[in-house]
Amino acid sequence: MIANYGYKDGSGEYYISIDTDNCIDCAAGRACLTACPKEMFEIITDDYDDEVACVKKNFTRTLAFDCADCKPAGGYTTLPCISACTPGAIKHSW
Amino acid sequence: MSAELAMPAAEEKKEFWRWQENTWIEEGMDWRDAKVITCGIDVGSVSSQAVIVCDGVLYGYNSMRTGNNSPDSATNALKGILDKSGMKLEDIHYVVGTGYGRVNVPFAHKAVTEIACHARGANYMGGSKVRTILDMGGQDCKAIHCDERGKVTNFLMNDKCAAGTGRGMEVIADLMQIPIANLGPRSFDVETEPEAVSSICVVFAKSEALGLLKAGYTKNMVIAAYCQAMAERVVSLLERIGVEEGFFITGGIAKNPGVVKRIERLLGIQAVETKIDSQIAGALGAALFGYTLMQKQAAKG
Repeated sequence: MIANYGYKDGSGEYYISIDTDNCIDCAAGRACLTACPKEMFEIITDDYDDEVACVKKNFTRTLAFDCADCKPAGGYTTLPCISACTPGAIKHSW
Repeated sequence: MSAELAMPAAEEKKEFWRWQENTWIEEGMDWRDAKVITCGIDVGSVSSQAVIVCDGVLYGYNSMRTGNNSPDSATNALKGILDKSGMKLEDIHYVVGTGYGRVNVPFAHKAVTEIACHARGANYMGGSKVRTILDMGGQDCKAIHCDERGKVTNFLMNDKCAAGTGRGMEVIADLMQIPIANLGPRSFDVETEPEAVSSICVVFAKSEALGLLKAGYTKNMVIAAYCQAMAERVVSLLERIGVEEGFFITGGIAKNPGVVKRIERLLGIQAVETKIDSQIAGALGAALFGYTLMQKQAAKG
């Protein structure tokens, strides 16, 4: 399942997508949890009883601001969450 | 003359936004014959539904407006269907809560997200061919992909603004002073299709609508412009995950042909039709989740 967390507003589309099929039985030891400086990820048991990562609810409406520090303007060349997720489950839409 | 006598009699305030609450049961079925009775309670931000499923088949539902308290809304929604059917809460084997207030359903055995429930409900209502679901809820909007069993494969939700939601349509109904159920049909009663108003924000759309009225637009043209804006808004959401054949719309807006036909026109596909009330999809899916869980438990012994 592809879970898209985020929103679209007048300034653009801001979604973090998590491919839960790649997230179940994570080969990276849930590295996303610690890689994100704002600790935006958490592990939940989804509706189909799989343990997967998701973006915490309190961040889903403010992603454009919360992720800004990790974007190129913040001095990063790659996003910490995407680099940490070696199974390739995490993607940003912007 | 006193100030009180000088004042005109206060007119009763009409609530143009108020949609029809309803309760229905399948008269040809007797719940007493069922081996497994499950219930889904969907406490949404605007409406609440209780659905009863007997042995995996829809038996009845109650749909009403959500109050200011989720547990009371859940209780009232269930009471409506229990009263009509003569059933008691003890007769129900499993209750699943869903929707915005799902964790506040006092008698629920389990809570399931509305995303999974809408996919399951749409699968029941529209059949196994349903692959893309658009849920136009009271205060959010969801685009969902599912497989032939109604399991979610891709979803996104927009709950940051009210554009493209039922609440936005309620605001326009009140502004136009036209009952909400009449908005859709009236939106087609225009000579030329007007440009859409703002599809980003309900507040801006409302002020734009007022400006159009002042500029000489008829009410029907303003409604058409708003329906078009709503359709454009949700289509842009759908395009992010893609639209596959087997397109199904759930939620209250599915009853508004002015929006549905414009979505179909923009997407170039027809939505799957159903005779079941589109507003109960979430609660129906929750009841079906409960039925599946009961079957699994029975299989385990």
